[in-house]
Amino acid sequence: MNIVVCVKYVPDAQAERTFNASDNTTDRENVDGLLSELDEYAVEEALKIVEAGDGEVTVLTVGPDQAADAIKKALQMGAHKGVHVKDDAIHGSDAPATSLVLAAAIKKITADAPADLVLTGMASTDGTMGVIPAMLAERLGLPAVTYASELTVDGGTATIRRDGDVSTQTIQATLPALVSVTDQINEPRYPSFKGIMAAKKKPVEQWSLADLGLDAAQVGLDAAWTKVDAFAARPPRQQGTIVTDEGDGGQKLAAFLAERKFI
Amino acid sequence: MAEVLVLVDHVDGKVRKTTSELLTIARRLGEPSAVFIGEGFDSAKETLAKFGAAKVYRVESADVLSHLVAPQAEVLAQLVGSASPAAVLIPSNVEGKEIAARLAIKTESGLITDAVDVKPGAGGGVATTQSVFAGSYTVDATVTKGTPIITVKPNSAAPEEAPAAAADEVVDFAPSDAAKGARITESKEKQATGRPELTEAAIVVSGGRGTGGDFSPVEALADSLGAAVGASRAAVDAGWYPHTSQVGQTGKQVSPQLYVACGISGAIQHRAGMQTSKTIVAVNKDNEAPIFELVDFGVVGDLFQVLPQATEAVKAAKG
Ligand SMILES: Cc1cc2nc3c(=O)[nH]c(=O)nc-3n(C[C@H](O)[C@H](O)[C@H](O)COP(=O)(O)OP(=O)(O)OC[C@H]3O[C@@H](n4cnc5c(N)ncnc54)[C@H](O)[C@@H]3O)c2cc1C
Ligand SMILES: Nc1ncnc2c1ncn2[C@@H]1O[C@H](COP(=O)(O)O)[C@@H](O)[C@H]1O
Repeated sequence: MNIVVCVKYVPDAQAERTFNASDNTTDRENVDGLLSELDEYAVEEALKIVEAGDGEVTVLTVGPDQAADAIKKALQMGAHKGVHVKDDAIHGSDAPATSLVLAAAIKKITADAPADLVLTGMASTDGTMGVIPAMLAERLGLPAVTYASELTVDGGTATIRRDGDVSTQTIQATLPALVSVTDQINEPRYPSFKGIMAAKKKPVEQWSLADLGLDAAQVGLDAAWTKVDAFAARPPRQQGTIVTDEGDGGQKLAAFLAERKFI
Repeated sequence: MAEVLVLVDHVDGKVRKTTSELLTIARRLGEPSAVFIGEGFDSAKETLAKFGAAKVYRVESADVLSHLVAPQAEVLAQLVGSASPAAVLIPSNVEGKEIAARLAIKTESGLITDAVDVKPGAGGGVATTQSVFAGSYTVDATVTKGTPIITVKPNSAAPEEAPAAAADEVVDFAPSDAAKGARITESKEKQATGRPELTEAAIVVSGGRGTGGDFSPVEALADSLGAAVGASRAAVDAGWYPHTSQVGQTGKQVSPQLYVACGISGAIQHRAGMQTSKTIVAVNKDNEAPIFELVDFGVVGDLFQVLPQATEAVKAAKG
């Protein structure tokens, strides 16, 4: 079973994240980045499935030079090969354009070796839109299940458990299918020393838009279907009153709630 | 006046509060037309009429809901084609965002997710506000292509009544084969807690690792305030509370009037889900816990002492 996993390079959530003032895009250059933590779950799930049978895991990223780090981490975890789509024209792409590039790359990857599954994280930790998986499914014409908290593959069918507010659902999708996974699905492994060494020899292809048969005018800031008009840092919250409990902390808390008219 | 499509969020006709918020917002942009997919229209009609739906497009095909969301996106795409709406408003939850994403691609339209405010744009169109990077920035954005498709977060508007006809029109629709590739084979209903829904609640009381697994003081305070109960991921991972109650980056994003964090340290991923709450209160025995940086009121103390006392005081005050 061959699996393609989409992984994203994102600014570290622990760092100061900000925007480029010149074009209102996310600053991806001046902030330390890493493989989106939520995509590690997708890589782990792919590795588990392949290890239980056979096949290869290909990790795919669309992003600037530094995004190679995201691929490297996935290869260290155990993925077999990487594809890095980079092209200056992609800078500033919105979700529809990003999904266009990802879909073209997946088509190119699977033209050589068909894949049974495309896995993604539930959402990226920077944009947190969580829409790329659905857009990809739409563009690739694949059955899709998002937010899977359990996944089993058997023959030509994927069975997925999904936890909703009202109910827990079991869903079946015919392969090939696209599945986005939550952080409930597994416990991602840390790269072992052996994995780190082995990753150095694993193949990583670099593709440009031209390699995918796409035109620069289809992507990037100018082709975006939405526009950020302004951004503003929220004023930091002012720390209010802190009291230390001396036997009356609960009463003081209730008094605050009453003062603010919550009771 | 142009129509504005509002996808109704409901369970068997029981309409969620987000729908009345969306209808209220839709009236700023044009004439609301609700889109009702599934069974139970008769029980939903009154609410839809009360909050201003002039028209209701109805799809009752059982095939639609048993195949996850792909057919629902097809319904909306069909309606975007026939009604040329000024915008499509969809609730910002897991299903809603997936429907919106598919609809954006199908109709080649710009998509804005998790809007906290939606207004008519200065130069026409629709202006939106989002809260990003764990609530540390606000972003104003507009759709520049196609029909604006906007998913709106709960609590983004106060529902206002504006009685309208809610005249229903049955839509002739059959899902494509492509939309039927994923099928719900089993659905286990969750047990109702009797508490308000987490993302809709005006007050949320959450517990973390500091509860040591005993959520009873958290639940008692929540119940005295009529609040929903939330949990940190540490509490969820330990199996103390269900994942659907998790607040944070990989759980629910809540924005209530009041958020009370009990035994929660305030990690960035937790903040991402509660930072935009209007008033924040914390109880934590560590005076250096980062959650205190955010609070309007904090008590440094043991939650097993502080919460029961607060609960009694709340009950006494309420009489
Ligand atoms: C990719 C990713 C996604 C994540 N998503 C989320 C998410 O969605 N939501 C989320 O919450 N976390 C999330 N996390 C986890 C997050 O980083 C923290 O680990 C988590 O929020 C910690 O939970 P906590 O505050 O309950 O526990 P801790 O950090 O252990 O804090 C417990 C607190 O309780 C206090 N305490 C202990 N006993 C008492 C007592 N008797 N009375 C009062 N106070 C007491 C302690 O002083 C401490 O401050 C995510 C992490 C990652 C890597
Ligand atoms: N630029 C990208 N390159 C590769 N995968 C991506 C990219 N952007 C998003 N994804 C995938 O889509 C998922 C959801 O992302 P998003 O819709 O941006 O929240 C991520 O977890 C990744 O698996």
